[in-house]
This record gives sequence, C-alpha cells and structure tokens, in this order.
Amino acid sequence: MKVALFIPCYVDQLYPHVGMATVRVLEKLGVEIVYPEEQTCCGQPMANAGFADDAAPLARKFLEVFGRFEHVVCPSGSCTSMVRNHYDPYLAGAPGFEALKQGTFELCEFITDVLKVARIPGRYPLKVGLHQSCHGLRELRLGSASELLVPRYSKVASLLSSLEGIELVPLARPDECCGFGGTFAVAEEAVSCMMGRDRIADHVKAGAEVVTGTDVSCLMHMDGLARRAGERVRFRHVAEILAEAMA
Amino acid sequence: MIGHAERAARFAADDARAHWHDQALWWVRAKRDKAASAVPDWERLRGLASAIKAHTQSRLADYLEEFERNATAAGARVHWARDAEEHNAIVHRILADRGATRLVKSKSMLTEECHLNPYLEARGIEVVDTDLGERIVQLAHEPPSHIVLPAIHRKKEEIGELFHHKLGTAAGLSDPKVLTEAARGHLRERFMRAQAGLTGVNFAVAETGHVVVCTNEGNADMGTSLPPIHIACMGVEKLVPRLADLAVFLRLLARSATGQPTTTYTTHFLGPLRGGELHIVVVDNGRSRLLADETFRRALHCIRCGACMNTCPVFRRSGGYSYAYTIPGPIGSVLAPSVDPRAHASLPFASSLCGSCDDVCPVRIPLHDQLLARRRDAARAGLLSSGKRLGMRLAGMVLRSGFLYLLASRLGKLLGRALPRRILYGRWNVWGRQRELPPLPRESFRDLYRQHRSERRG
Amino acid sequence: MDSRSEILKRLRAAAPPPAPLPDPRSETVPYADPLAQLEAALQAVAAVPVRVAGVAALPEAVAAVVAQLGATRIASAVPGAAPGTVRPEELADPHELEGLDLAILPGEFGVAENGAIWVNAAALPHRGVFVVTQHLALVLPAREVVTDMHAAYARIAALPRSYGLFIAGPSKTADIEQALVIGAHGARSCTVFLVG
Repeated sequence: MKVALFIPCYVDQLYPHVGMATVRVLEKLGVEIVYPEEQTCCGQPMANAGFADDAAPLARKFLEVFGRFEHVVCPSGSCTSMVRNHYDPYLAGAPGFEALKQGTFELCEFITDVLKVARIPGRYPLKVGLHQSCHGLRELRLGSASELLVPRYSKVASLLSSLEGIELVPLARPDECCGFGGTFAVAEEAVSCMMGRDRIADHVKAGAEVVTGTDVSCLMHMDGLARRAGERVRFRHVAEILAEAMA
Repeated sequence: MIGHAERAARFAADDARAHWHDQALWWVRAKRDKAASAVPDWERLRGLASAIKAHTQSRLADYLEEFERNATAAGARVHWARDAEEHNAIVHRILADRGATRLVKSKSMLTEECHLNPYLEARGIEVVDTDLGERIVQLAHEPPSHIVLPAIHRKKEEIGELFHHKLGTAAGLSDPKVLTEAARGHLRERFMRAQAGLTGVNFAVAETGHVVVCTNEGNADMGTSLPPIHIACMGVEKLVPRLADLAVFLRLLARSATGQPTTTYTTHFLGPLRGGELHIVVVDNGRSRLLADETFRRALHCIRCGACMNTCPVFRRSGGYSYAYTIPGPIGSVLAPSVDPRAHASLPFASSLCGSCDDVCPVRIPLHDQLLARRRDAARAGLLSSGKRLGMRLAGMVLRSGFLYLLASRLGKLLGRALPRRILYGRWNVWGRQRELPPLPRESFRDLYRQHRSERRG
Repeated sequence: MDSRSEILKRLRAAAPPPAPLPDPRSETVPYADPLAQLEAALQAVAAVPVRVAGVAALPEAVAAVVAQLGATRIASAVPGAAPGTVRPEELADPHELEGLDLAILPGEFGVAENGAIWVNAAALPHRGVFVVTQHLALVLPAREVVTDMHAAYARIAALPRSYGLFIAGPSKTADIEQALVIGAHGARSCTVFLVG
C-alpha cells in the first residue's frame, strides 16, 4: 500500500523526529511512503482564529497537493480533523474533495482501521499516561469521550496496550483538555497554563513516566510547562513510542 | 478593550480559589455522568430532544398560537413582548394595576436577561429572589455566576458573613445547614407577605397550555400558591408540542444539570390559583432573529441545564463573571454575540475548542462548531484586535508560500540560537512566560526525510 | 402592528424548513419488581418509603410518623389516614396554612425510574399545602407504579387536564458549596406510604 505523508508544519520544523518516527512505523508495517515536498500548513491556525479568508487558499493548496493520493496519513488528530471536518466551507463541491476527506487519516486510526493491525510487535516497558487530544477524541472519534454513554474504546490505547511491558496509567480525568487550543494557548495564557499544569499533575499523580498522545501541539504545551516546573515526566508522540518499541 | 482573557486571568490569579471552583464544578459533572449512565438509552434521548426542538422551531408560531388558546381557555392571560423593555413594562403594569409592591421571584434567566429587578425596584417594587443561590447573590448585589448554581463562586464562610450583615445571623457561621435554615426563615416571611409571585418557565406545552416549572427548593410553588397573582415569563423557544415530549426533556434536564434523577418539584401550572390570576408573558427579545440564522438557530434548543458550563475546562477555571454576560460558558459565548457582537467579541475565543460541551449537551447543540463560526463572524466584521489580525495575516501569507515559510523558520531558528535567554524570554514572548519554548532542532523533517530516502536508495 | 402579530410574523418568516416530530417511545426495560425499584428511587431522592399492608393498617403507620415528628397541626386529604386537626377546606386564606406540621396527601402514581409521585394538587382546597407544610406524607396504592416518565405522561394524558405536579422527596438545596441540605423552603421530610 502506498500513502502520502502529511506532516504538519510545526512537526516539520520543531519535531522532525516525530515525522521520522511516523515514517519508520509505517515502513515497518509494510507501507510505501510518498512525501510531497510542496505541502505547507493545512490552515488550521488561521481557521481556528476566525480568519477563514486566510485559511481558504491553504485548503485549496492542500487539495492540489494531496488530492491525487488514495490515502493520506498524518501524525496529528487535529490537522487530520481540519481536513475531514473543517474544509467544507472552503472546498465543498471541489473535484476530489470528498475522496480526500475520506482518505485522510490520523496515524493510529490508519493502523487500526485501514491496515487492520490490532497488535504492534514490540516492547515498551514504561508507565505511560495517554493524553487524549480533544480533536482526535471528539472530532475524529479516536476514542469514546467520557461524556458520552457509549461503549468504551480507544484506538490509540488499544495499539499502545498491545505493546509488551507497557503500563497505561489510569487518570482521574481521562480526557480533560490540556489547554493548548492553538491561539488559545497565547490569547488565554492564564487559563491555558492552568489547564496544562492540571493535566500534568493528573499524569504525574497516576505514576506516568512518559505522557503520550496523537498531537505534538498538546505535548509541546505540556512539555513546556513541565520543563519550566522541573517535572521529570517526559512527553513522547505516540509514533515515537511505537517506533521505539518496534525498533 | 478588556475581554474574557483579562477577566479570566484575574480569576485564575488566585490559584487555590480557581482550583476550588474547578473541583466544585467537576464534581457536578461527575454526578451528571453517573446519573446519565443510569439511563440506558441516554444518547437516543439526546437525539430525540434535538429532533423535537428542531420540529418545534419549524412550526413555532403555530405552536405558540395553540399554546395561547389552551392556556387562555384554562384561565391564564397571555401577554406578548417584543423585547426586554416591553417585557419589563408588562410585568410592571400587571403589578402596578393591582397595587402590588411586594414580589417574590423564583429562578428565571429570562428576567436576568431583561434586567427586570432593577427596572421594578426603580419603580418602587420590592423584588425578592427566593432561590437560595439567587438570594445570596441578590444580597451581595451580584448577578448569578452560573445559571443553575448562581452562588457557586461563593465560599460558605463568605455566605455566613453576608448573612450576618444582611440577615442578622450570628457572626462566624459557615455550616450550610445552619445558613440554609436561616434563609428559610427569612424567605418564608417574605413569601407570607408577598402580593405576587413571578416564575420562569422550563417548558410550555402547546397541546394543553401547561407551563412547567422545575425547582428543588419548592420556591416556585411557595411563591405561586400564597399570593393570588402568578406571573410566568418565558422565551418563545420554551414550547414543546405535546405532554409526551416532556418525558424526553425531563429525563434529560435534572440529570444533566445536577446529576439528580429528577427535580424535587416539577409543577405543571394550568390556570390561576382559585380566585387568583395567571399571567404568561411570552418574550421574543432577539430570539426570532436567532431563529432566522441558519448557523446559530440550534442554540435556541438550549434548556438551560448548565452542563456545558460544568464540563467546560475554561469556565471551571475562569468563573462565570469572566464572561460578563447573563448566560456564561459555552452556550453564553454563542448567544452573547447575537445580542452585541462588539461588546462580546472575545467570548467565542474563551474556549480551547475541546468539544466536551457538544458531547454533554442534552439537546445536542454543536457548541464548539458554533463558537468557531462566531470567531469567523467576528473576524469578518473586523471585531478582533489589530494585533491578532496582523499576526494571523502574516502567518497565513508566510505559510501559504513554501519558500517564504522555510526561509522564515530558518531565520527564526538562527535567531533562537543566537539570542540570550533574557531576550528570548522577554515580555514579548507570551508563550514563554510560563512555558519553555519547544526545542529548535538543526534539521527539519524535510531534511531528515531526504537523508532517509538517499540512505535507502544507497 | 401589535406585539403578538409582529412576533408571530417574525417567527414565521424565520422558521426553518419542516422537520418531522419524532415519537418519544420508551425503551426502558420494565423492572422485574417495579415497587422495589420505586422504593430505591424514593430513597435516592431522600424520601422515606413505608410499605403498608393494606388500607386498614394505614392509620397506625401514619400515627407512627406523626409521633416521630411530634406533629400536632395535621391536615389530611386522605380519608381514613389520620384524624386531621386542621381542615384546609375551612380556611379562607392559604396563608393560614402556615404552622402546619404535617400534610397527608394522595398520590396518583409513582415513577419507578426517578422516585417522582404525581399529585393532582388541583383537587386540594389550597394547592400550596404540599409546600407550606413543614412535613409531607404521600399515600400511594402500591400497585400504582409506572416504569418511567414516558409511561407517566401516558397516564397524565388520560387524566382530566389540570394543574398538577411531580414531587420527588423533600424540599432540598445544594446552593451553598454544593452541600445537600434537606428542607430549603418546602417540606423538611417526605414520607411515602405504599399501600397494599
């Protein structure tokens, strides 16, 4: 199977090893990767701040770059959701758009839903806290949100818990927002940072040595707070954990 | 201009108190989860509630006429108010014509929205809010900070102090039982001498003419069964077509609001007290405008349970007053801009867009999508600060062009390495005030991937 | 244009396209023992359920509650339940109900899912008696239990259209630091006699 890799701009620039971990995981699972170099930002920061006019050309560019691929895979729930759930105002009716929406996947759901891989061969003998980033959880439905009265599941947790030696720690608030929220992190700095510290405290109290998640943006926010506070807990994207375990 | 962020920062500055507030509301959210999980078809009920509301909206005028016919036949008098001013004038006229100067009220967010209390007080009417939480904030000369838990921001010691000054209770009381007992005595006296009682309306039933009022304290029942005049104030959106529809909403309302299986008193008013009068004031005040708005009309589904506030991680840590609007929290941030887009421009941004409000909402209002839509409206109308506008424009321009984007980030990295910490973490760096900056790797993913490719080929 | 016409006109102009009205059918699986479920639900809303073997045993059960509460001013709207010392129908003004220790009222039916009892208060000489009284007792035939609120409204729809209410336990509040306090404005206790 051949997939196009969609690497969000902040992953490209700030967390390139998360992109590389994604590459390694997919290659280990037998996937052939294409990385279209002309890709840029998906437009989410502008769209979430209300600047639809600025997001529109980026959405069009995205379709131009990725429209020709059957599968697009991205190591971010939030950016995937931008394409799947928030491109309609810009691209509705455009040729290839519906196929693009249906063919764009967050990494973990691509593994569980498209590759139909339930168990990842590998070992990760650490206590891990799973941060369920909100857009992955509630827009992509990568798991069951705690508010909903539906059978419990989590695509990310099921992949992680298939690793040998891993212990997923139970949190007091299983899916509270970390407070990143894009421009919210800066525009509402006080509440954003309080939310982030509270998330970290929940993970630390549960005994997590490593906090993981599907979105580097949330992890970047919590990592920044944790490093400032001198917390020992580390933050790793789920692709990094899978890649390390499979290595 | 001061917006939500500044007010929230003030609330959050008292870390212990903000966390106390967060915990109190999280506890209510947890109770809601437990109560909802006892209903096997909870998600189906939410869908039904949303569908009933959508249907009712499509025929609202017909249902209002049907309701009016049935309520009138049962002896009520129905009044119509275009806006807050007309609503207040109608209530005042009913009281003034009958020489009533002492009014007891049970909870009504509509009268808060219309600022009825100051209107009546300015005209010589004594208005006593009788819900305990509402009485507390009334005595403190504050608005409610939450629509279901009006005094959730107050500690029991502060309420003891307030009662000591206002009700003459002993100094230093803080036991909720003792304080509630004191309020019971104080308010019972007010009930006994009241000449009229005013209530809100949770639901109005078109096919029967009932107005339904839910309370736990019984204050709506006290206020409408002692004085002969009952005034019930309702927004046009409170209609449901049939009695049978109440089953859906009542199964959802109390469980969503406080985690109770039902409120203690769910009173179905039909006609006046023997020898008394029932006046029903039906109010538009912007609701027809909202109904006309395809993007936001579903916000009119709201049954005022407050669940979106309890689950909102921002509300819990910023407090109801940070929204500076009658209805705070996610639903308030959607509603407020339809009243005054400029004054409330910051509210749609008072959210991390986590979407928890959508999933908790018993009538399935797509709150976080609507918040996003409000942001778009604010940007389009030019209501955002020039700094924010410029920053986003710039980012948009840079990111659109791959080359510029790469150049800018390389430059940024060079600067990041070269700059000493005190400049890197200067006042300009809002991110870095409480957080470390992310690492600045030497190579981008593009670079690493190119190497990876050539290695594999080689 | 008058306000009524203008509001209705605006609402008609703003109305979204037609949407179907769904049938809110119940999906609650009937309880194996509805009465036991009602008792549990009553306890959950801080009411006190008391099973009474039959109508003949009711006066004794009521007398026990009267004694326990030390109630002296009692109004009963349930024939044969207790010798009422206050006759509400003889009071001209509902304010004279103040000081009532106990009101004993008939309930029409109970709702097993939530402990609510439907009371046809329109039949009472003063409808506020249930809330002005210091303590409340409801008398309900034990067979009158419905599963959930859907069944409850089916029952109500079959009754003459009138004022009425659900009562679920005693008056309560949690407005001070979320601490549950029983007896906010209305009854400080709610005993439910399940008869038969």
